[in-house]
Amino acid sequence: MATKGKVTGIVSNLVTVQTFGPVGENELCHINLGGTQLLAEVIKVTGDKASVQVFESTRGLRNGNEVTFLGRMLEASLGPGLLSGVYDGLQNDLTTMEGVFLKRGEYTDPLDHEKLWEFKPLAAPGDKVKAGDWLGEVQEGWLPHKIMVPFKFEGEYTVKSVAAPGLYTIDTTVAVLKDADGVSHKVSMIQKWPVKVAVRCYDNKPRPGKIMETGVRIIDTFNPIAEGGTGFIPGPFGCGKTVLQHAIAKQGEADIVVMAACGERANEVVEIFTEYPELVDPHTGRKLMERTVIICNTSNMPVAAREASVYTAMTICEYYRAMGYRCLLLADSTSRWAQALREMSNRMEELPGQDAFPVDLSAIISNFYARAGQVVLNNGQTGAVTFIGTVSPAGGNLKEPVTESTKKAARCFYALEQNRADQKRYPAVNPVESYSKYLDYPEIQATLEETVERGWIEKVLRAKNYVRRGKEMADQINILGDDGVPVSYHESFWKSELIDFAFLQQDAFDAVDSVCPMERQKYMLNLILDICDGSFEFEDYEKCREFFKNLINYLRQMNYCEFGSERFLSYRESVDSSLRSE
Amino acid sequence: MKVYQKTYTKLQAITKATISLDAQGVANEELASVNGKLAQVVKTNGSRVTLQVFSGTEGIPTDAEVSFFGAPPTLKVSEQLAGRFFNAYGKPIDGGPEVEGEVREAGGPSVNPYKRRQPSELIPTGIAGIDLNNTLVSGQKIPFFADSDQPYNQVMANVALRADVDKIILGGMGLSNDDYLYFRHAFESAGALDRIVSFVNTTEEPPVERLLIPDIALTAAEYFAVDKNEKVLVLLTDMTLYADALSIVSNRMDQIPSKDSMPGSLYSDLAKIYEKAVQLPSGGSITIIAVTTLNDGDITHAIPDNTGYITEGQLFLRADSDSGCVIVDPFRSLSRLKQLVQGKKTREDHSQVMNAGVRLYADAQNAKTKMQNGFDLSDYDLRCLDYAKDYARELLSIDVNISVDEMLDTAWRLFARYFSPAETGIKQTLIDKYWKA
Repeated sequence: MATKGKVTGIVSNLVTVQTFGPVGENELCHINLGGTQLLAEVIKVTGDKASVQVFESTRGLRNGNEVTFLGRMLEASLGPGLLSGVYDGLQNDLTTMEGVFLKRGEYTDPLDHEKLWEFKPLAAPGDKVKAGDWLGEVQEGWLPHKIMVPFKFEGEYTVKSVAAPGLYTIDTTVAVLKDADGVSHKVSMIQKWPVKVAVRCYDNKPRPGKIMETGVRIIDTFNPIAEGGTGFIPGPFGCGKTVLQHAIAKQGEADIVVMAACGERANEVVEIFTEYPELVDPHTGRKLMERTVIICNTSNMPVAAREASVYTAMTICEYYRAMGYRCLLLADSTSRWAQALREMSNRMEELPGQDAFPVDLSAIISNFYARAGQVVLNNGQTGAVTFIGTVSPAGGNLKEPVTESTKKAARCFYALEQNRADQKRYPAVNPVESYSKYLDYPEIQATLEETVERGWIEKVLRAKNYVRRGKEMADQINILGDDGVPVSYHESFWKSELIDFAFLQQDAFDAVDSVCPMERQKYMLNLILDICDGSFEFEDYEKCREFFKNLINYLRQMNYCEFGSERFLSYRESVDSSLRSE
Repeated sequence: MKVYQKTYTKLQAITKATISLDAQGVANEELASVNGKLAQVVKTNGSRVTLQVFSGTEGIPTDAEVSFFGAPPTLKVSEQLAGRFFNAYGKPIDGGPEVEGEVREAGGPSVNPYKRRQPSELIPTGIAGIDLNNTLVSGQKIPFFADSDQPYNQVMANVALRADVDKIILGGMGLSNDDYLYFRHAFESAGALDRIVSFVNTTEEPPVERLLIPDIALTAAEYFAVDKNEKVLVLLTDMTLYADALSIVSNRMDQIPSKDSMPGSLYSDLAKIYEKAVQLPSGGSITIIAVTTLNDGDITHAIPDNTGYITEGQLFLRADSDSGCVIVDPFRSLSRLKQLVQGKKTREDHSQVMNAGVRLYADAQNAKTKMQNGFDLSDYDLRCLDYAKDYARELLSIDVNISVDEMLDTAWRLFARYFSPAETGIKQTLIDKYWKA
C-alpha cells in the first residue's frame, strides 16, 4: 500500500509534506494539483515531515494537496530505441510531446512499446549468467543492441529458455532465468535502473590504455584524453566552451555520444538536433545523429531536474558500455547542477559551505566522475565511458568550489582563458596551464609510441617546452622592450608563436581545419619541430618577426587545405624555400 | 467571485518587502491585495503565508486587510496592446482606455526545446560593431554591457527602430523619467508607435514592482509571436536593477545570499526570462535585447557574470580615447549565433574578415602598451596603431550606419592601406578575390 501524505509548506520548488507512513530517501512521489500529478523526490526526512524537491513549477500548489509516494527512486528506462533520442532530464521523450509549450505533469515514455525488433538469441538454455551478461541482440539502427540480464539481478542464474529468433516488442519476454532457489524470472528487452546508483555489472575496471581521438590538435597531441578517461573544461563565458565541446561531440572517436545539456541555453540543443542529422561522423561516415542521445534540461526548465539530467545521461552511457561500446558523455555544464544543489540546500536552510554551496559538493562531484572508466565485461569484451564536463566558474575565477572540486576528480584539465579568447586565439585552451595526466601513464605512452610514432612523447614535451620558453621570453620582452633583449629572445618567442598559430589554434568553423586526424597532427608537429629545432642568425628582431610571420602564414594556409593536396604541397614548398633562404 | 473571498486582518510579521499572516487554502504564487497594494505569495509553512508586497510595505499596519485573488499575475492580451504604455501591473499610463482581451498568465511555461527552430535570420542594425563583428540573429537573446555613463538606451532605441520586426516590446525597469520620455519621443518621431508596446517602471516607483515587468512584457511578446506569428523584439532595460530587486526580496526572506549578496537562484531567475527568446516553427520569433549596467566595467560581478552564461553573447560599449568615439568593444563583445548567418546570409568573406580585423586591432593594443611603457615601436606596430584609429572610427563606432557589404569593403580597404595580404592571415582564395590592391 503506497504511503500517502499532504502538503504543509511551499517555498519555490521545495515542498514540505506530512507523511502517513514510511518513506525512503530519494523516493519519488506525485503531488496532486487539481488532477495533474507533479513528480517530486524526497531529499530529507525529519520525523513525519519529508522535504521533497518538485521537478515542475509549484505555481498554484496549496497546503493540503494530496501526495502519493511511489516506492521507487528515479529510474531510467533502458532498452532498444534510445539512440537518436531527445529526452528531458527525467527521460521524458520531448519529440512525442504535443504543443509548443511544455505542459506541467506531462510525462512521455522514453521508449516505443509498439515497435517490433528483430531478436537474435545469444545465450542458450543451461548457460550460467550474471547481471549484465548478454542474452540476445536486436539491431538498433547500425548498432547491435545487446539484451542483457537486468542489472538489478543479484547472484548467478541459469538460463531456462530464450526466445527463438523473431520480431518482438520490448515488453515481450525474451528469456526466462532461474535463480539459485529455482525461482523463474522473466526478462524482456526493457529494464529499469536507479540513475543515482553506479552500474557495476562488469568484471574489472583497468587503467585506460588508449587515447580517444578528437581531431582537436591541442587535445590529441598536447593533452590527450584517454578512452574511459575524465576531463573538464572550465572557462569564463565567451571563451568558446560550447564550441569546443561541440567539436569533441562531433569528432570524438566513440560509438555513442550522450550530450547532457544541463541548465544551459536551449538554442545550443536546437543546434544539435538541427545539424546532427545532416553532419557525418568522420570515423564511420554515418550521420552523427545515429550515434547521439540528447538529454536536455535547459536553463528555463525545472531546476530540480538538472541534477537528474546528468545522472540519467550517465546511466544511459553505462548501459551501452555494458554492451561493449565506447561511449562519450559530455555534460554542459556541471556548474548549473551544482547551483541547483545550492538552491535546494539554501531553501532547506542547511549550513552553507564555501560560496553558499552545500558542504558535500566535492564528494558528489568526485562520485560522479568515478562512474566513467574503461571496463572489462564478464565475457572479456571491453567498453568505456569517457566523461568530459564543462564548468562555468563565477566571474571566470578558477578558485571557486565547483572548479576546485572538479580539479580533484578529473584527470584532464582544459583551461579556457579570457585573454586568448580576446585575441581570438581559438580554441582558447591555455597551452601552459592545461594538462592531461594520461600523458604520464606508461600504458598510454606505450600505445602512442606504437600507434603514432616512436619518440612521440618526447616530441610533445619538446613542443610544450618551446611554448613555455616562448611565454617567458614574451614577458622579458614586455619588461625590457624589443631592443632591450638579445635577438635570440625574439627567436624563442616567435617559435612559440609559430606553434601557437600553426598548431594549437584551429578553426572550428572551417570544413577542413576543424577535423585534424592524428596522422596529420603528426605530420604538422614534425614539420613545426624541425623549424623550431633549427637555429637562425637574424640581424635584428624585425627580420626575425618577418621571417616567422611568413612561415606562420604558409603553415596556416596548409591547415586550410586538404591534407596532401596540390595546394597543400605547394605551401609546404613555400615553407621549405623560406627555410632554405634563411 | 471575490465577494466570497475571506478577508484576513491580522498580520504576523512585516518587513520592508514582505508580510506574513495565517491563512488557509492559499495557492503558491497567487496574488493578493494588502490594504489595496498588490502582493504575491512566495512561501507557505503550515498556515503561515508570506507575501511579497510589490509597492513596498510602508504604512501597512498589522491589521491591514488581506484578500487573495486565487490567481497568479495575468495580462489581458489583444491587438489593442499595440501603441500603448502600461505600468508594471499592466494598467495604462498613457491616459487611454483599459485593454480588452484574453486573460493570460504571466511567467507561463517554457517552449519545448524540441519544438524550437534554429535561428537563421539576420537582424541588421547598420552598426558595424554589431553587424560585422557580432551579428544578431532573430530569436537571439543578448544584452548590452555598459557603464551607467554610456548611451546604451539610445543605441538600443536605434537598433530597435532599424531592425526589421513586426512588434517592439519595451520593458523598462527603474527607467529614469527622462529616459522613459526619450524612448517615447524616439518611437513617436520614427512614426513607429503602432508597433510598440511599453511596460514601464520608473525610478520614481517602488523597486519591487520591477519584478513584474519582464514576465508581463514577455507575456505580451508571446501573444504576438505565438498567436500572431509575428517577429517580436523585446527590449529590457535595466536588468541590473531587476536583479537588485530580487536580492531585496530574498534578503527580507532571510535567504542565505551567494556571491555579491545576490540570491543563490539568480542564474535560474534570469534564465527564465532570457530563455523566452525563441524561433518558433510557425515563423514567429522573440528576440531579446537587454541592458545590464556595470559597475566600472566589472563583468565579474554576479549579475553580468550570470547573464553572460545565459545570453547568447554580449555587446560591450565603451568610450575609445584614441578615436574619441563610443565603440562596440570587439574583444569583450560576442554574438554566439553569428556563425548561423555569417557567410550564409552575408558574403562568404565575412567571418575571416571579421577575425582578421579584430586580430590586427589586438596587435594595435599590444603596440599601444609598448608605447605606453616607453619602448620603441616597430614599423609594424606603427601601422597597427594607424589602422586601429581608422578601424575604430570607420567600423567600431556606434555612429556608423551602413550595410554589411559596405562594412566588409571598408575592412578590406583598411587592410590594404596598412598591411600586406600575408599579415592579415586570411585564406588565400579570399585574398585573391577581394584584396583591394
